[in-house]
Amino acid sequence: MAVRALLSAEHISHVYRTPGGDVPALDDVTLRLSGESFVCLVGPSGCGKSTLLRILAGLLRPTEGRVLLDGQPLTRAQRRVGIVFQKANLMPWRTVAGNLALPLELAGTPPAERAERTRAMLELTGLEGFAGAYPGALSGGMAQRVAIGRALIHDPQVLLLDEPFGALDALTREQMSEELLRIWARHRKTVLMVTHSIPEAVLLADRVLVMGPRPGHLVAEVPIPLARPRSLALLHQPDFVALSEQVRRSIRPA
Amino acid sequence: MDNAHLAPPVPHERTAESSAALPRARRRRWHLLLAPAFGLCLLAVWTLVARSGMYAAFIVPTPASVAERWWGLASDGSLLRHAAVTLREVLTGLLIGVAVAFWLGYWIAKSRTVAYTLTPYLVALQTVPIVAIAPLLIIWFGSGIASKVIICGLIVFFPMLVNTVIGMRGIPAELHDLLRSLEATPLQTFWHLELPAALPIVLGGLKVSVTLSVVGAVVGEFVSASAGLGYLINFGRGTYDTPLVIAAVFTLTALALALYGLAAGLERLLLGWQRANGTP
Repeated sequence: MAVRALLSAEHISHVYRTPGGDVPALDDVTLRLSGESFVCLVGPSGCGKSTLLRILAGLLRPTEGRVLLDGQPLTRAQRRVGIVFQKANLMPWRTVAGNLALPLELAGTPPAERAERTRAMLELTGLEGFAGAYPGALSGGMAQRVAIGRALIHDPQVLLLDEPFGALDALTREQMSEELLRIWARHRKTVLMVTHSIPEAVLLADRVLVMGPRPGHLVAEVPIPLARPRSLALLHQPDFVALSEQVRRSIRPA
Repeated sequence: MDNAHLAPPVPHERTAESSAALPRARRRRWHLLLAPAFGLCLLAVWTLVARSGMYAAFIVPTPASVAERWWGLASDGSLLRHAAVTLREVLTGLLIGVAVAFWLGYWIAKSRTVAYTLTPYLVALQTVPIVAIAPLLIIWFGSGIASKVIICGLIVFFPMLVNTVIGMRGIPAELHDLLRSLEATPLQTFWHLELPAALPIVLGGLKVSVTLSVVGAVVGEFVSASAGLGYLINFGRGTYDTPLVIAAVFTLTALALALYGLAAGLERLLLGWQRANGTP
């Protein structure tokens, strides 16, 4: 594939300096994300997945290595890279519509356009009836949908998701995966999603990157050649199960 | 921070069988009479003690003589004049104290350098009893409004500062990350994140501060003043005009209550979203 990488990490290493000594978190990670691809990053807890994501978002400066966005070194967080965290992190003083519109307000989008795009995003995320609701009245899954909508509304080129469904119950989690597939089909972004659910990764991704334990390093890359559009029905098909097994084996080699 | 723990416990919903017999309205309203009834009892006890002859009238005046004195002061406009003086001191001191404390608290929460530099002095300042340095402030700033404003400002400063720092530091780090990733300017971060996130705790501090500010003004007026409700109390004490002292105390209480009510109203107005989120 000769597709130019939109976001790439080159030889990223990171060490947390703590009073108790240096803690290596990442060791020489190199990855390339190209346009319109969905990549999942899996690995054991504490292997530095979130650290890598924060570095890719420009929120954390790596000890070594560099991040390139569209060929330019990324030295600070940028609007072009949207981010969703495990917790929805909605502002409780804003309504659902207000939370969705925040990125547009900060970017100085004219009110008319803001209203129009907020309405479209409410529709896309299935939250039409909740425009005026406050976050406290939402379920975990709904709150996370708002968070995803907020990360997409200003049309970033890259979307980074840090275990976005990690705090949800299993049923909601499955529904949200399917929801995300549907949203992604309409908004084809370059997506990198951290997860520790292997079925979730296989269901969503074009490629699954597997990280080894601390200090985090990439140990395997599993391409997922399953046809799109995909749905939860895939979960029990033999090729899906085989791919999941392949990912599982590369995390914990026998 | 709040006096919610003083609020009466909510009675358990009765089962349908036991409550069906009682008319709903009567069941709800009778308890509203308890507090006024108790107040009337206290007033009756006060009257009895004053009338019993155990104490001279200038030690325990009757409620009627206090009310008469109060009415006299109110109708010739002097009560309003003195109350206005105190109110001006209270509000000016409150405004300055709250503004400075918020500004300093904001920077202490944001910058470690500022925190390390100022914290020891601010704690030391807090341990100085304001009442003790009131005479000093009168010497330096005269017996006019300036010294009282400074006393009010100092007395509200610390609770406001502490609340601002706690409020600012309590903002989730991920919301800061979100605003950074959206390239928010420092002003946008303040306006869209820091101010609204810290507001509940800051307004809680304001509710405490309004009543403290009234205390500050009275302390200042006790030391040296030519007008104000504190001056009126001091004057009444000097002339054995006990009804005047009590009338002034009641007026001060009403003033403090009104200010507290305003602060609580402001809170309800600005923090409507808290109720909408289901948090009390």
